[in-house]
Parts: sequence; C-alpha cells; structure tokens
Amino acid sequence: MQAAAVQNPAEGVKTDAIIRAEKIEKYYEQPSENRIQVISATDLSIVPGEIVALLGPSGSGKSTMLRMLTGLSRPSAGQVFWHEKPISNAEINVSIVFQSFALFPWMTVLENVEAPLKARGVPPAERRERSLKMLDTVGLDGFEAAYPKELSGGMRQRVGFARALVVEPEVLFMDEPFSALDVLTAENLRSELLELWAKKTMPTKSVFIVTHNIEEAVLLADRIIVLGRNPGHIRTDFRVQILQPRDRKAEPFTQLVDYIYKVLTRPDVAPAGVPDHQHPGPRPRDQRQMRYQMLPHARPGGIAGLLELLLDKGGRDDIYRLADDLAFEIDDLLPIVDAAQLLGFLKVEEGDASITEPGAEYANSEILRQKELFRDAALGNVLLLRQIRRALESKSDHTVPEEFFLDMIDEQFSDEESHRQMETAINWGRYAELFDFDAARRRFVMPDALEEEASANEDAG
Amino acid sequence: MKLNALARTLVTARTWPFIIDVGVAACALAVFFSFVSTGEYWMGKPVPVVPISHSMTALPAYAFFSMVRIAIAYCLSLTFAVAYGYTAAYNPRVEAWMIAVLDILQSIPVLSFLPPVVLAMVALIPGHQMGIELGVILLIFTGQVWNLAFSFYSSLKSIPREMLEASRIYRYSAWQRFWQLEMPYAAIGLVWNSIVSVAGGWFALMACEMFTMGTRNFQLPGLGSYLQTAADSGDERALVAGFAVVILIVVAIDQLVWRPLIAWSDKFKFEQVEATERVTSPILTLLRRSKLFTSLPGQLWARIEEPIYERIARSRRFRIVKPLDDGARRAGLSPALWTIAVVGLTVVGWGALQAVMMLRTVTWPELQLLLEGAGATFLRVNASLLISALWTIPLGVAIGFNPRLARFVQPLAQILASVPATAFFPILLIGLVKLGGGLGVGSIALMLLGTQWYILFNVIAGAMSIPSDLREVASLYRFTRWQRWTRLILPGIFPYLITGMVTASGGAWNASVFAEYSRMPDRTLQTIGLGSQISAATDSGRFPILLLATIFISLMVVTMNRLVWRRLYRLAETRYKLEG
Repeated sequence: MQAAAVQNPAEGVKTDAIIRAEKIEKYYEQPSENRIQVISATDLSIVPGEIVALLGPSGSGKSTMLRMLTGLSRPSAGQVFWHEKPISNAEINVSIVFQSFALFPWMTVLENVEAPLKARGVPPAERRERSLKMLDTVGLDGFEAAYPKELSGGMRQRVGFARALVVEPEVLFMDEPFSALDVLTAENLRSELLELWAKKTMPTKSVFIVTHNIEEAVLLADRIIVLGRNPGHIRTDFRVQILQPRDRKAEPFTQLVDYIYKVLTRPDVAPAGVPDHQHPGPRPRDQRQMRYQMLPHARPGGIAGLLELLLDKGGRDDIYRLADDLAFEIDDLLPIVDAAQLLGFLKVEEGDASITEPGAEYANSEILRQKELFRDAALGNVLLLRQIRRALESKSDHTVPEEFFLDMIDEQFSDEESHRQMETAINWGRYAELFDFDAARRRFVMPDALEEEASANEDAG
Repeated sequence: MKLNALARTLVTARTWPFIIDVGVAACALAVFFSFVSTGEYWMGKPVPVVPISHSMTALPAYAFFSMVRIAIAYCLSLTFAVAYGYTAAYNPRVEAWMIAVLDILQSIPVLSFLPPVVLAMVALIPGHQMGIELGVILLIFTGQVWNLAFSFYSSLKSIPREMLEASRIYRYSAWQRFWQLEMPYAAIGLVWNSIVSVAGGWFALMACEMFTMGTRNFQLPGLGSYLQTAADSGDERALVAGFAVVILIVVAIDQLVWRPLIAWSDKFKFEQVEATERVTSPILTLLRRSKLFTSLPGQLWARIEEPIYERIARSRRFRIVKPLDDGARRAGLSPALWTIAVVGLTVVGWGALQAVMMLRTVTWPELQLLLEGAGATFLRVNASLLISALWTIPLGVAIGFNPRLARFVQPLAQILASVPATAFFPILLIGLVKLGGGLGVGSIALMLLGTQWYILFNVIAGAMSIPSDLREVASLYRFTRWQRWTRLILPGIFPYLITGMVTASGGAWNASVFAEYSRMPDRTLQTIGLGSQISAATDSGRFPILLLATIFISLMVVTMNRLVWRRLYRLAETRYKLEG
C-alpha cells in the first residue's frame, strides 16, 4: 500500500464525533415481501478538523448517504447521532451546498444569503451585516442586488457557499458542488475553498463532500471513503497523507488516484493493501440471489469508441490514463468499461484495461459485422436480452409488451432503475437488431416479423 | 440643448411621481368610500327584485356592483385555492381524494350550483340583502376556484427537490417556506389561471344576477341584470351601451391588472438564464416610479413579518431538521382525525342517501327525456368544438406564421376570450328571434361564442412555436401542401391545440346551460338538451331533475376527460413535444 494513504484509524475514537451513523440502512419495501436494498448497514462518523470525501460510482447511494447524515432522509434502520444525541430531535447546525445551487431565483443575492439567518430570527441589522461580510469573503462584493439568473454558474455557486457559510455551520456538506461548472471555474472554486479552510476564515469544523471526481477527492480531502454498489456499502476508508497544497503531477498523488481507480474497477475484490476491518466476510449482497446482471448504462457507440481507442494504444492501458485522455470522469467512463467487460470485449486487471480477442475483432470490423459480433456477445452474456429474444421467437405474433419484462426485473431493481435497465436493454437490442421496439405501444417486436410472414405466405402459396 | 434635456428630466423626475402618489392616495380614498356604500347596501333589508333602470347614468353604479361581486368572489377563490392546494399537496393520506373531488367539481357546470347555493345563503343570513348577494358571490366563486386550486397544487408538487432540501436544511419555518418558496414558485401559474378564472367569473355573473327559481324571482343591481332587462324590453340602445361597458371593463382589467401582473410575475420565472423576450407593461413601469407604491408596502410588510420570524425562531419545533421522506411513513391516525373522518363519512353518506331518495321521484319519461337530452347536448358540444377547430386552425396558423400580425392579434384573441359569452347572449337571442330560427342550431352558435377564442389563441401560440428551420426544411424539400399540414403544421401545433380544446370543451359544457334555454318576458325558448333541463328545473324548482342532469353532465365530462383528453394530452406531451 502507498505511503500516501493510511487506513482510517478514527473509527475507534467515537466520543468527539460531530455526526455518527450507527448501522444505517436504506431500503424500499416492495409490495411482494422483497425489498430493494439501496444501502446496507453502514457505520460512519465525521470528526472535527477533517475534510471527508465520499466517492463512488453512480448508484452507490452517495447522495442518499449525505441526506441521511444531515437528517433530510430517515434511515430505514439504524440511527444517526449529532453529538451523541439522536439527530431527529437534536438542534443540528449544518449546511449543504447543492449541485444545482438551489438558489431562489426571485430573491436577490443578498436576500438569498439572508434567508437562513431570517429563519433563525437574527434581527435585520445584524442579518445584513453578517451577509454582506460573507459575500465579501466569497468575492461577491458589489453583487448584492443582482438576481441569481444574472450571474454565471461559478458566481451562483459562490452565492451557494455564502448562504451555506453565513450560518456558521459545524459541518459543511457539499453534494457534487463543482460538477455543474466548467473545468476552470471548478478548479478556481476548489482552491478558494481550500484557502478558506486552511486560514480558518470559516468557523466550520468539518467538511463532507460527495463527489464522483477522483482527482477532486484526492485534491481536497483528508480522508476518503469509497462506496461500492448493489447495495451501497463502504469499500474502503482511508486518510490521505499528502501535504497541502497538493500537486496533481506529483508521484504520491497519481499513485493514490490510480489506487482508487483500481478499487472502483474491481468491485468484486476487497481493496488491495488496505486490510478491510469493516467487512470481514464476503461483501454484502442483496438478500436474494441476483438473477439479472445490472446493465451498465452505456451506448454501443461508446463501447466501440473505447475499444478503438484502446486498440490504438496497443490493446492495453491504464484506466486512469484513459479517463484523463478522454477528459472523462469516472461516472462517464466506468459504465462503458463495465459494459465492454460484461460483453467479453475487455478485461480489467489491476486498474489496467486490456482488449480481448472478440473485442479486437469488434473494434476492427465494419458496422454490419460489428452488429453481428455485438449480437452474439449480447445473447451470450446478457440474460435479459436473451429472454426478450426468446419470448419474441416463441410467440406466434412475435410481439411482447415491455411490461412483461419490467415485471420480471422489478423484483430486483427499484422502479426507477428497472426503467433505466429496460431503456439500456432496448438501446442495445435495437443496435444489435435483436428486436425492434414500438415506443408508442411500448411493445417489443421482432424486426423481421413482417418479412418472415410474407415469405411464409409465399412458401405456402 | 443639454441644459434643456436636463431640465426636462428633472421635471419628469419630480412632478410625475408626485402626481402618481396623489393618484394612488385618491384611489385608496375611493376604495374606502366604495366599501362604506357597499356595506350600507348589503346590510339593508333584502330586496329580491331590485328594479333595474335603463338610463345610461345608472351604468357606472351597476358596473361597480358587478365588479365588487367578482372581486370578492376572486379573493375568496384565491384563499380557498391556496388552502386546498396546500392541504392536498402535504397530506398524502387525503391527497388522492382531494384531487378526485377537484376533478369532479371542475366538471359540474357552474349554474347547477345556483339553486342550492343561493337558497342556502338566503336561509343562513335572513333579513339582509347580504344573503342574496353572498349566494351570487359564492356561485361566481364556484366558477373560479377549481383551476386555481389545481394550479397551486401542481406547482407545489413540482418544486425541485433540492429547493425543498435547502429550505429544510436552513430550517425554514412553514411561514417562511410559504412566502419565500411556495408562493413565488406558484405565482406565475396563479396569475395565468386568475385570468381564466375571472373570465369564468364574468361568465357566471352575467347569468346569475337575474334568475327565477320556482316561484321566487331574484334580480340584483348589476351589468348582467341590466343587459338582460334591456334585451327583454327590446331597448337596443341600452343593450349596446351595456355591452360596451362590459367590453370596456374587460379591456381595462386586462391593461390595468393582468398585464402589470404578468410583467411583474416575470421575476418568479424559474429559469437559469435570462429570457430575451418578456411582457412589458407601461402601468407597471409607472407604478414602480411611485415612491409611495414602491416603498410603503415593503415597509409595512417588514413591520408585520419581522416579529413573526422572531417568534417562530424562538420555538424549538423549527430548530430541528425534519426528514423529507417522512410523509411516506404511515403513522397511526390521531383520535381527533378519526373523529373528523367518521363524522365526515357519516354526513357524506347521509347526504348521498337523501339525494338518492330524492332521485326516486324522477319518473321514467323524465329519465328518457334526460337521456335524450344528454345525447343532444353531447353532439352539440362536439359540433361546436369541431366548427371552432375548423375555422380557427387555418386562421390561427396563418396568423402565427406572420409574427407581426401575431403580435397584434394574439392579445386581442386573449381579450376576446375574456369577454363573457353570456353578455352576447341577449343580443344574439334577439337576432335569432328576428330570424325565426330555433334554439336547436342557435345554441351551437351561442356555445361557439364561448369556446372558439381559446382554441384560436392556442393555435396561434402553437404556430408561433414551430421552429423556423423546420419550416425551411419543408420548403427546401418541396413539401406539398398536404405534406406540410400533416407532417409539419398539425403535429407542431398539436399540444397547443389540445390545451385549447380541453379548455373549450369545458366552456362549451358550461355554456350549454344558458344556450339551450332562454326565458323571455312573453315566451320561453328552449331546445332538447341537458342544459335546458337544468335551466328548466331551476326555473320550476324541480330539484331531482336538476341533480340528475348535473350528475349526467359531470359524468360525461369526467369520462371524456379520462378517455379522450387525458390520452391526447399524454400523446402531446410525449410524441409531439417540440424541444428546443
């Protein structure tokens, strides 16, 4: 294991935690006795003096976790404590900076920042003074009377920060605060945040940031928690020992980023180098056997593109470097890698992706042959697609309603996820010409059903 | 030169706001006086039939009385709509019920409410003119409230999740959330629906200021009665004058109230970027220059709200962040709620039973007549929709494709839609009588008056929204006229057309009650139909028939909505949505 990271020892010290979650879970009850587990029992605590980053692929429940820790969402089981008092009746003092900024467009910048103070009954004069000072701190001096829609995205998020900090929160939560901004603006805001934190300009004792950007996490955090999915659980939780300011090009930095990529791309393997105290047994899975694979939401075109790029690089490359070359974040790249892996076009080992023989053939073929190869791979590896195709073949009119398959997979996925799964399946099936989909009637149709019928008639006649 | 310009700006900057201030103050005094005089009249002895003068000098007073009724009814509607929408949106236990109730009440023609509402109010407040007046006001209320309630409810439901979370995490009290998040978010919907509502209010007002119920006659001073009596006595000069006043009021309200409100509500638009084109209102600009107007309400409001915020902040309840997903948890009902639920159910059950008992008195021939009437009215409503669509689509598209014309015609169509069709009726009736035509065809013409404008201005809006590059593609590939219409124009205006048709169909059902039946001093004109049955039942006091006919109408409207309009709506939202 790298010197840059050390398995987090803080779990032992529980007394001075500001927020402590004890075995919190989130699940949704289904009408049948099944339930859909979003997050399995998890312990987590936030202690003073650290910036914590929560990393994970989409669907790992990062945002749900944040909402449970702030009291916005009640855990299905387990308990969250604020200074050792149950959060549901503690007077907590936290703020959230939102991805969409969540500013009120009908109020001026100043009114937006004053609003939380108003809610706390701060008298008008003091309210104004504190808000103006905070606007000054985040560099919005002179914009008090502007409306949010007149500002750029970066400026708006500054208002979001001012509103969050003006109440002097003990913990500042951030939900992907920079992901709606362009790269340069995000970089700028990040370094300003670090400056505020380092100079203790803000009275905040702890910062908790949810992100899917690995570099962002390594750049900012004192401690990184990586979540896995199906259901959400903590894969690893470690301290970052690199001194601030951190240099993206430095060896320890890139090593750590590489390490996190490895963890994220090998969901089945316990993180190497970090003895995993939390989950001694096999990683938590859903109670029932998973029948259907979770289809990664990637487009066939994206898969082909990735394979071609990999082929150009000699058939093997570091995933981190691939993401860097493409200027992709993990949420963009991982589904494509997962999909290629699922179809047997790609193998991932130790954070390196290498192309397989069918993968190379696929990347080198022209479009019609590509579809053929994709069709074989999909039928061989994806249960849902195989079932749809079989159902179409066996029915005399060669059409089946979407609902039929939705009913089968929603035993296993949440309602929303079932629909997304179906959407991806339709996308892949259409591309591979396994079936056609009539969107108006929501039915699967055999692509050549009509032609076949016609030819059958001819044969008969 | 420069000095001159400077002097001029100084003059305008000084004198104008002062004059406006004086004007605003004068308005306040006038409002006070009108309160006093209305109060005197209301608290006076009940006079069911107030004699109506045909003199022009009486018109301003009548207009005033009518407007007061509308204004009070509107304020009641707004309050009720907000309370109803709020309760429905935040109480998952009753939400589905409340929305279903809304859906059904919305489908009942306003005039069906007339006898029960007026009789109830007269009985509740005996000895004052207020009883009758409140009855009429409540009736106007029923014509205005449902779409407002629906608009507020759906606005509340569509507030983005992160905004709600922000209001929770920053510990907004319900009070602060209402004024800083919910009301602003719902404002635009409320303004637009208010325009429709008030138009609906005028529609009902024209008909219910003067009516007969069994042996009792009611006639209140107002524009509706004025028009009606003028038509009855054949006084054409008075008729034209009254009609001109109606149009004047509608235009004035549009210019003085709605346009400034629309322009003002622009700041509540939930958008990320600033729109390039917006509604402007000279009145609003003028008002914003008035010192009194811009500073006084704000200061007053601050006086009121500061102590409230302070008091709320002291209570412990609002210092705790409540989970957003708690609503999904089903806690047990409290005993108080149980009692309310049981009492409510008993009352509803008893009422329904009584109504059913009442219905038993309906004879078989009467029922047959009702069924025939249902068929006839159904055909008439759809015929009027079809005719409206047939002439408004080509015209609306032609106007919409010509931006300069559209800018001029669009507001005009909007105003025309606000002119109550019921005001036209007396005039049209005279014409019909002179021509010797019956109401069978005439009633379709009357329905058209109320419905076609909605379709027209929606079609214009739809045609304007078709992107010009699509139109260029159509001419580039030399689409035939047929192809242009079926591939480009009709799909392009489809969502707008459906919106217009839904509104129009509601209006047509509503209008059927007037259109199919008309009582004149010397004779009664009527044709077979559900609407005429309702009117006739009101006149003769046959409540079982009134009830049954109303049930038929709302059944048909609800079924049509569920089976036809809602499906078309969904189709419009999914397949025919033009996304920028």
